[in-house]
Amino acid sequence: MAQENNILEQIVDRYDGEVGMLIPMMQDIQAEYGYLPPDQLHAMAKRLELPLSRLYAVATFYSSFRLAPKGAHDVTLCVGTVCYLKGSGAISEAICREFRVEPGGTTPDRLFTFQAVNCLGACAVAPVMIVDGKYYDGVTTASALEVISGLAKDEATVQNEGER
Amino acid sequence: MKEVCFNIDGTKVTAPEGTTILEAAKGVGIDIPNLCYDSRVEPAGTCRMCVVQIEGRPGLTISCNTPVAEGMEVCTENAEIAAIRRTVLELILSDHRVACTSCDKDGACRLQDYAYRYQADEGRFGLPERRPVKPNYATNSEGILYDPDKCILCGLCVRYCEEVQKAEALTFAGRLGQIEVSTAFGMDLHESTCVLCGGCVEICPAGSMLDRAAIGKGREKDLTRTRTTCAYCGVGCQLDLLTDPKTGRIVKVTSEVGCIPNNGNMCVKGKFAMDFVGSDKRLTTPLIKRNGKFEEATWEEAIEFVAERLKQIRSEFGAESIAGLSSAKCTNEDNYVFQKFIRACIGTNNVDHCARLCHASTVAGLARAFGSGAMTNSIDEIKDAGCIFIIGSNTTEAHPVIGLYVKEGVMKNGAELLVADPRRIDLARFAKLYIAQKPGTDVALINAMMNVIISEEIYDKDFISERTEDFEKLKPILKDFTPEKAEAITTIPAEKIRAAARIYAKADTASIIYSMGITQHTTGTDNVLSLANLAMLTGNVGKASAGVNPLRGQNNVQGACDLGALPNVYPGYQSVEDSQLQTKFESAWEQKLSGRKGLTVVEMMHAIEEDKIKALYIMGENPALSDPNLNRTRKSLEKVDFLVSQDIFLSETAEYADVVLPSVCFAEKDGTFTNTERRVQRVRKAVTPPGQAQSDWEIICEVATKMGYPMAYGGADEIMDEIATVTPIYGGMSFERIDKVGLQWPCPDKEHPGTRFLHEGTFKRGKGKFHPVEYKNPDELPDENYPFVLTTGRQLYQFHTGTMTRKSPVINQVSPTGYVEIHTDDAAGLEISNGEKVEVITRRGKVTTLARVTGNIEKGWLFMPFHFREGPANMLTNDALDPTAKIPEFKVCAAAVNKMKQPV
Repeated sequence: MAQENNILEQIVDRYDGEVGMLIPMMQDIQAEYGYLPPDQLHAMAKRLELPLSRLYAVATFYSSFRLAPKGAHDVTLCVGTVCYLKGSGAISEAICREFRVEPGGTTPDRLFTFQAVNCLGACAVAPVMIVDGKYYDGVTTASALEVISGLAKDEATVQNEGER
Repeated sequence: MKEVCFNIDGTKVTAPEGTTILEAAKGVGIDIPNLCYDSRVEPAGTCRMCVVQIEGRPGLTISCNTPVAEGMEVCTENAEIAAIRRTVLELILSDHRVACTSCDKDGACRLQDYAYRYQADEGRFGLPERRPVKPNYATNSEGILYDPDKCILCGLCVRYCEEVQKAEALTFAGRLGQIEVSTAFGMDLHESTCVLCGGCVEICPAGSMLDRAAIGKGREKDLTRTRTTCAYCGVGCQLDLLTDPKTGRIVKVTSEVGCIPNNGNMCVKGKFAMDFVGSDKRLTTPLIKRNGKFEEATWEEAIEFVAERLKQIRSEFGAESIAGLSSAKCTNEDNYVFQKFIRACIGTNNVDHCARLCHASTVAGLARAFGSGAMTNSIDEIKDAGCIFIIGSNTTEAHPVIGLYVKEGVMKNGAELLVADPRRIDLARFAKLYIAQKPGTDVALINAMMNVIISEEIYDKDFISERTEDFEKLKPILKDFTPEKAEAITTIPAEKIRAAARIYAKADTASIIYSMGITQHTTGTDNVLSLANLAMLTGNVGKASAGVNPLRGQNNVQGACDLGALPNVYPGYQSVEDSQLQTKFESAWEQKLSGRKGLTVVEMMHAIEEDKIKALYIMGENPALSDPNLNRTRKSLEKVDFLVSQDIFLSETAEYADVVLPSVCFAEKDGTFTNTERRVQRVRKAVTPPGQAQSDWEIICEVATKMGYPMAYGGADEIMDEIATVTPIYGGMSFERIDKVGLQWPCPDKEHPGTRFLHEGTFKRGKGKFHPVEYKNPDELPDENYPFVLTTGRQLYQFHTGTMTRKSPVINQVSPTGYVEIHTDDAAGLEISNGEKVEVITRRGKVTTLARVTGNIEKGWLFMPFHFREGPANMLTNDALDPTAKIPEFKVCAAAVNKMKQPV
């Protein structure tokens, strides 16, 4: 805990404790932990003498802030106009149903974090899905689920081999 | 301020510069529709309902945040505006689940009213999709329900919580279509920083937030609304009790924005703690104790029994062997009748009430210094003070609505707040300077502040020479009382004392606010005199927003004192030892009166030990929990030959009684309460009393009549008329005059408009009198066996001995039981962890309670709230008395605290 407090102190000091620099401070916390751990927000609110509710409002307003740890993988599906017309709405629903996840959320087993975004700028090859930075074009419900299921298998193999 | 002249809907209007169009229109009776405006919060301009047309400006203008300008021509409603408002409503309704059929707000909902007025089509932009049902921050709250499907995101609740209450518990969470009102992390309301004032429910214009307990108990349009005065603290909030005419029960409590003194604001007790009224534990029939057990009796039997026993004791032991405790909870009329009964019918001045235990030292001290022992200013003046000095008052907890004015003064008007309290109370957050004096060292602190003010010559020489006397006597005492000397006594660093003195003395208007942290000491009167000295030294008395303001605890403690429920004075502070006044009252009451002053509360208890008091008549008080050194008090209650308890519940005290008489509570009677700012306000009957309960004054009249001193009144108003004839400060009072807004005494005649602040131009006693005060130690100091200083006090959620508040589920959820606050380091040294059971011991007793480990109290000091019958703090407190005011030292005693050896 002492060390963790130290991290918070360093971040706050980086911005001279300026309340106006709340967002950059929160970004730094997230960079450190991968998300915004509630106890860190509690400590930060206390340190900056700000109501915790205000930090929570900021954290939930910006979609780039996360209040829960990210999954091991990133799955991003475009539901912009063209992708949507070509069926990405149904794909999104299937992913959510199959892996018990909501757009913006992480699967209960923390396998992946799922984002449904508004345009990826690749409308010509819609619908588009990105998994850990790799683009998949012209995906269908079946192909999308297959790609994601592959992540689960990889993960199982990795764990079995005890490489972690 | 400059006045601006302009035109609204063809009417010429003038308003101060800076007034918004919406407010100016309201001032001339034109109500511009709005859904996100409330006069108590900054305008947000988000709902778009308040648009108006201004001649010469393109498009429409939002009226709630646009100030009026010279020559402006405003049109508040025409076809174009109506069409826009209709569309706005239809857009809002596309987000609001229309459920008027089952909504409590039906008939009292702004959104519904406007939708009807503009004939909005709720389906025009599609009906809202229902959100998945999931728990939110209020799901587990006993007090509040939040339905996000009905929420129109006007933000009023969030702004109220942030700007007015400053609890900052609520916020908007999420974005776009997902926005909801929430606490941080959606944590349960009662675990957040929420103080359960209910302001969010009150301000919600769309039925999205509701009183949970009232759901389905009656639509607002079907409920009867009765305006009355709150029965909890001395602020005297005006509440509207909403009752169901079919069941005769209180369904919910609201308050109207604009009412005096609370402007629609409430605290958790006024809003959520009225369950006691309809409690099935209420007394419904007289009880007589036979063979150690209470048996039901008829009124006739009970009155006969009480009258006979009192007569018998009086003839055997004399009138002085009987004493009465009147009640700061009862009305002015009850108190007047009670003291008249004791004085004229029984024939003694042995009448007192619990003011003895809270502000006796105020009455004694301020009467000596100024000539009048009451709050010098009005509540709404506080927010305009340049400096607010709070000492020994946990204002936001004990007088929450006054706490709002303090916060408003600091946050909106730039007042400099000084807080001196052994505990880091919530107001310390807003303070320019917070200092923690060791309990019982207030005189040292104030003397040192005055030392600084004199040595730096920042005192008001003109005021002192024109308005005061005995300043020369003050100087020698202060000469050596340097901040360094005070530091050694109070533990406050000398530099901070200097800073505090400068802040206070340099302000144009400085208001002192104090309460029991000052009064409940063996040096209580000294403390009060010191504050009076400080105020006079700097010329801070006798003008608006500057004065000495004791906050009175009980709803009607001011009134009970005013009406003579004190052993030394008749109504209106007229001395019983003054033979002229005695003659006046003898002719008014047609009875010979005693010219000897009577016994005070604690003296009565001690006199029982000495067989001097044989009978005690207690109306609406609970000394078995409220008095100091409970073991001793309870022995007295046990010992006294004849004890009558007239109450609404079988209290801890009533259990000792020989006769228990059921009385009615504030919601069941007519009368008046006088609040802490001397404002006499109406109490109105809203519900019928349970069983055979009767109003206190009626019971007393029957007993008196039975004893051969006929007393009868046609109603409470008649009693007030009699009060006005014998009480000069109430001379101008009548029910008719105080019907709408109360009146502040002194109000000597029917034409007098009442008095906002005291001592303008001249003090009540002529000149203000300085009293040099030497510092004295508290009666009991820590030693080897009792190493801690124990201080006691109140908390927001409970009131006094909890007989009323502890009947509320909302309160029980957040404040289930008592505790002792102990500093983190002390707790660590004793291996006590937070929430653990501990034993607190003093020379007088031992109680078991839970430890609350905190950094908000200094090392070596302990704090306990006294509301709880389990682990009662008053088992521990010291009954040593202030020699002048006879107030006991509740605030300081020496104590030990131990970890429990084994789990209990």
